Amino acid sequence: MLVKAYNIKKKFDDVNVLENISLEVKEGEVVSIIGPSGSGKSTLLRCLTQLERVDSGKIEIDGKVMVDTKDGKTVYADTNTLHEIQLKVGLVFQNFNLFPHYSVLKNIIDPQIVVLKRSKDEATKIAMELLYKMNLADKSHAYPCELSGGQQQRIAIARALALNPKILFFDEPTSALDPELTGEILKVIKNLAKEKMTMVIVTHEMAFAKEVSDRVIFMDKGFIVEQGTPQEIFGNSVNQRTKEFLSQMNSYNQFY
Amino acid sequence: MKIDNIPIDLILKNMFAATGTVLKIFFLTILFSVPLGFLVALARRSRFKIISLPTRIYQLIFRGTPLMLQLFFFMYGPFYIFGKGFERFTACIVAFVINYAAYFGEIFRGGIAAIPKGQYEAAKVLGYSRLQTFMRIILPQVVKNVIPATGNEFMTLVKDTALAQVISVSEIFDVASKAGSKYFSAIPVMIAALFYLVMNTAVEFAFKLIEKKFDYYKI
Ligand SMILES: Nc1ncnc2c1ncn2[C@@H]1O[C@H](COP(=O)(O)OP(=O)(O)O)[C@@H](O)[C@H]1O
Ligand SMILES: [Mg+2]
Repeated sequence: MLVKAYNIKKKFDDVNVLENISLEVKEGEVVSIIGPSGSGKSTLLRCLTQLERVDSGKIEIDGKVMVDTKDGKTVYADTNTLHEIQLKVGLVFQNFNLFPHYSVLKNIIDPQIVVLKRSKDEATKIAMELLYKMNLADKSHAYPCELSGGQQQRIAIARALALNPKILFFDEPTSALDPELTGEILKVIKNLAKEKMTMVIVTHEMAFAKEVSDRVIFMDKGFIVEQGTPQEIFGNSVNQRTKEFLSQMNSYNQFY
Repeated sequence: MKIDNIPIDLILKNMFAATGTVLKIFFLTILFSVPLGFLVALARRSRFKIISLPTRIYQLIFRGTPLMLQLFFFMYGPFYIFGKGFERFTACIVAFVINYAAYFGEIFRGGIAAIPKGQYEAAKVLGYSRLQTFMRIILPQVVKNVIPATGNEFMTLVKDTALAQVISVSEIFDVASKAGSKYFSAIPVMIAALFYLVMNTAVEFAFKLIEKKFDYYKI
């Protein structure tokens, strides 16, 4: 198991945002998380990537314990361990969060040089290979502001991949994009799935989730309501809340 | 040379001498108040109230009272309180530095606050330390953010040097107004205006250049 999370709880000002979430992700697995907005999907990813701290529960990434709760006390690992765990995960944001003052190439090589202490030559080689893969080799000297949203998101994915994470999290990677640009991102993610990259993807693209995932998780109001194979969730879910959500998403997708 | 019966060449000579003083005030103030303003900005952002609150009060006092009054305060205050004080020019620089650091602190604080949270988050997930994040990702963008407001402040500073005369530091305006009343003429003051204008044109040009240097990206 690459990710083991048990009984995660998280409150924001007395509002329970995550209530007893447990989740396991195997190496090579692609997991989609769906659910209405405000259900805690982003918060879950942010807890798993250390952008938020859980109130209680246990999280283990690639065999290393990030946080554990024993006898009612929640304790995070020491700074070094947390940093090691941080290096095992990548996160792709809804709004890319590229570094605007760095060129495309520098966005991808700077973390390698600063964080992994790779040489500039090695980092550049890795960056250029990724840019070829993303079909953006000709943009290496451009700045993020000169690129389309779809191109920026592909750079953000390349930047995360350059650090060789064990698992890549995506938080609605296409939600900030014009509809005609979502396809190029979904294609990149599908290719990563073919290469057996372990991924957890929060998405509102139901057809995509159905196609790419090994497992789909439906979250609502801070709970995991249901999880299963795409067939189980999209085909014949018997859960009332899942069915309601899916039919809402259906009419939404038809409308747009 | 005389125009309107005024010894223009003599006045010009005195003004050029006074320009030296003005430039000294200008550069010394910037040399100290810009780094100090940076520290003020960091102190204001501290999560410890015991650091941020006094800093805010300091800024309120020095932004909320006339610089002229602050010049008097640093010139004569220490004499009243301790029986001895700063030398005239030193008191002038101290007042300017402390006053301008309060303003720069506010500008830099705004510049830091304007950086989206996503920049910190992206850097954290990539594994940058807090210091690396600040030095490599945040600070360069802050510099770009604060260039226009800083340029504005530099131009104000050039004009504010005219206040140094209230504690008898002889600068351009002091020379001009004295000559003006001596010869019953507005010409010396008009020449002084030209001096300020020339200096601020240089400042304006410099900042346009710097802005252009940072034009290669947008936030
Ligand atoms: N930093 C925060 N402070 C306070 N409330 C928050 C914060 N982040 C998220 N929330 C709240 O937590 C709930 C879940 O949010 P989120 O995880 O973003 O949901 P989702 O990604 O499923 O739309 C929402 O009600 C949201 O308002
Ligand atoms: Mg969200």
